[in-house]
Amino acid sequence: MPQIICQILFSLLSIGAIYWFVRNVKKIIRNIRLGKPINRNDQQKKRWITMMKIALGQSKMVTKPIPAMLHLLVYIGFIVINIEVLEIIVDGIIGTHRVFSNLGSFYNFLIGTFECLALGVWLACALFLIRRNVLKIKRFSGIEMTQWPRSDANYILFTEIALMSAFLLMNACDYKLQTIHIQHYTPAGTFPISKWFIQLLPNNINTLIAIERTGWWFHILGIFAFLNYLPYSKHFHILLAFPNTYYSNLNLKGQFSNMTSVTNEVKAILYPNFTPSSTNTAEHFGAKDVQDLNWKSLMDAYTCTECGRCTSVCPANQTGKKLSPRKIMMDTRDRLNEVGKNIDKHGTDFQDGKSLLDNYISREEIWACTTCNACTQICPVNIDPLSIIVELRRYAVMEESQVPHSLNALFNNIENNGAPWKYAPSERLNWAKNSQ
Amino acid sequence: MADFTFPTVAELIAKGETPDLLFWVGCAGSFDERSQKTTRAICQILTHVNIKFAVLGTEESCTGDPAKRAGNEFLFQMQALTNIDILNNYQIKKIVTACPHCFNTLKNEYPELGGIYEVIHHTQLIQELIDSGKITLKDGGHFKGKRITYHDPCYLGRANNVYEAPRHILEQLDGELVEMKRCKQNGLCCGAGGAQMFKEPEQGTKDINMERTSDALDTKPDIIAVGCPFCMTMLRDGVKLSHQEQSVEVLDIAELTLNAAGITH
Ligand code: SF4
Ligand code: SF4
Repeated sequence: MPQIICQILFSLLSIGAIYWFVRNVKKIIRNIRLGKPINRNDQQKKRWITMMKIALGQSKMVTKPIPAMLHLLVYIGFIVINIEVLEIIVDGIIGTHRVFSNLGSFYNFLIGTFECLALGVWLACALFLIRRNVLKIKRFSGIEMTQWPRSDANYILFTEIALMSAFLLMNACDYKLQTIHIQHYTPAGTFPISKWFIQLLPNNINTLIAIERTGWWFHILGIFAFLNYLPYSKHFHILLAFPNTYYSNLNLKGQFSNMTSVTNEVKAILYPNFTPSSTNTAEHFGAKDVQDLNWKSLMDAYTCTECGRCTSVCPANQTGKKLSPRKIMMDTRDRLNEVGKNIDKHGTDFQDGKSLLDNYISREEIWACTTCNACTQICPVNIDPLSIIVELRRYAVMEESQVPHSLNALFNNIENNGAPWKYAPSERLNWAKNSQ
Repeated sequence: MADFTFPTVAELIAKGETPDLLFWVGCAGSFDERSQKTTRAICQILTHVNIKFAVLGTEESCTGDPAKRAGNEFLFQMQALTNIDILNNYQIKKIVTACPHCFNTLKNEYPELGGIYEVIHHTQLIQELIDSGKITLKDGGHFKGKRITYHDPCYLGRANNVYEAPRHILEQLDGELVEMKRCKQNGLCCGAGGAQMFKEPEQGTKDINMERTSDALDTKPDIIAVGCPFCMTMLRDGVKLSHQEQSVEVLDIAELTLNAAGITH
């Protein structure tokens, strides 16, 4: 193919890939904005520090050292090798070959680093695949880990391996072409890994060039495809981990959100002279569907990596209850995607008669939670499944009065006796009397 | 032992005095027979160090914690606003609680509703008393050679980041503090939180308190130390159902302190 056509084709593909990616990201942002407002713009310094530590520094991964090391390798590899993608894009558009090579010895250092990282990423992904599919680690199973989430994880790992292989193959051919002084393939870069493969490559120059070009195109097209796969995948966390940790709940975990809409009503009952400062009351209390949750819970849903750390520490799940905090997050995301698709197809007012509560998350699940915060503590990207559970409970209690029997008794006791049990307030000081 | 002699806030106010510290007893501490012992232990400690404290007595009411966790914000705020009226009316500044749930609610959820107090958990108070030399855990050998394991209550630990005060106290005893495999930030819930204490568990393969009790028993303890009346109930039940109640005691940190400090009045 003539050079100029390649350049035009490449430019069009780049534009197309970026266009689609932006389009899908915009949809996700729109979906997140369907959530209720919540202020997470205070304490900016603390927010930056949290993001730096948890998203960039991956500080919450260390509780599991082996996956933490492998994950770190893939993560650094991903970021650093993207510098190479920059070069590929420039080369592709203006038709140069290794345009950054005039950086001289620094370029050699760069390529050497990329190669080592590429090998590291390759091996880490292979180990991840073994962990998931051969060792069958318990954390990666569960009722919510149906066919798609399992495949999603494997697709990502296979793609990374394919991309890294293409990258190394491309370099190996390039290096061989450089050593036999083919025009256009001017010596540039050091190839600490791929140089070991040049013996295996054919000696025919045209074949070498063909393989080199194929590797090049495969690598960059793979990256474009991957970019567009992200918004459909749990792998989207590589981007959302940053805003999601930035907008973390910075309060103590024990502090549950205060419902000001309730305060007005309660004050009106308690103090006959009370006049509410504002009249805007909530449409309803708590959450039945995703739009009733705040936007941060929706961002949480798109950020979830489906790693299952939350579920593996959940006391309810570990004792065989149906509740799984990972499922709460995946259900929220799936329902939100469904709502988003409905909006695309039928407009904003469309009702499909479904809701997060009942169609996705059952009552049995929400009532099994002990509000212990183990899930929010362990989550490597600061996701809060508990706040979703509490919002669903609020809806069930305050809008529907549908609670387990014994909880009705609890509410009645508190209301009538000021205690969760049936004791009269006058007996409150009895403990001081019968002191034996 | 005679009846306790300490005033209620109302009695102090009637005499024209105010307490330096309010002891918020909590519903479990008031009504649950086992937890009443913890309540009495805390009173004895407070009396021993001559802190001018008082209780609300019959004016105390549920903080609303279980209602809030169960999603009943109405009931929670009814309780909270009523309690805040009483506390503010008495101009209460500082509160000690015997229950991490009361502690969390009073400390973190009352301020937004107008109830702003300095709230501490009794293990924090005891630690302060030890640090300032007001009590010494000389320990007449009662805990010598005993293995003690500590169960972190969710609402003291993860919810409020209080991990060290209880351990600090236990380290003063001449027993040996042994940690469970899941402890501190990774501690497993006893199963009572989130209003679970007041309902039947959902269908599962095991009760949470049995899971947690086996963590505790794995450390081969003589004593399981707790800092929460609900954990106390859950773990005592667990120990009983594991037929270990002859060899393993479940005690609140206040009770351990009382024994070690040799406070008898
Ligand atoms: S807070 Fe609820 S969902 Fe999260 S770990 Fe505890 S019991 Fe499980
Ligand atoms: S919520 Fe957090 S811990 Fe749970 S699966 Fe998602 S990313 Fe993992």
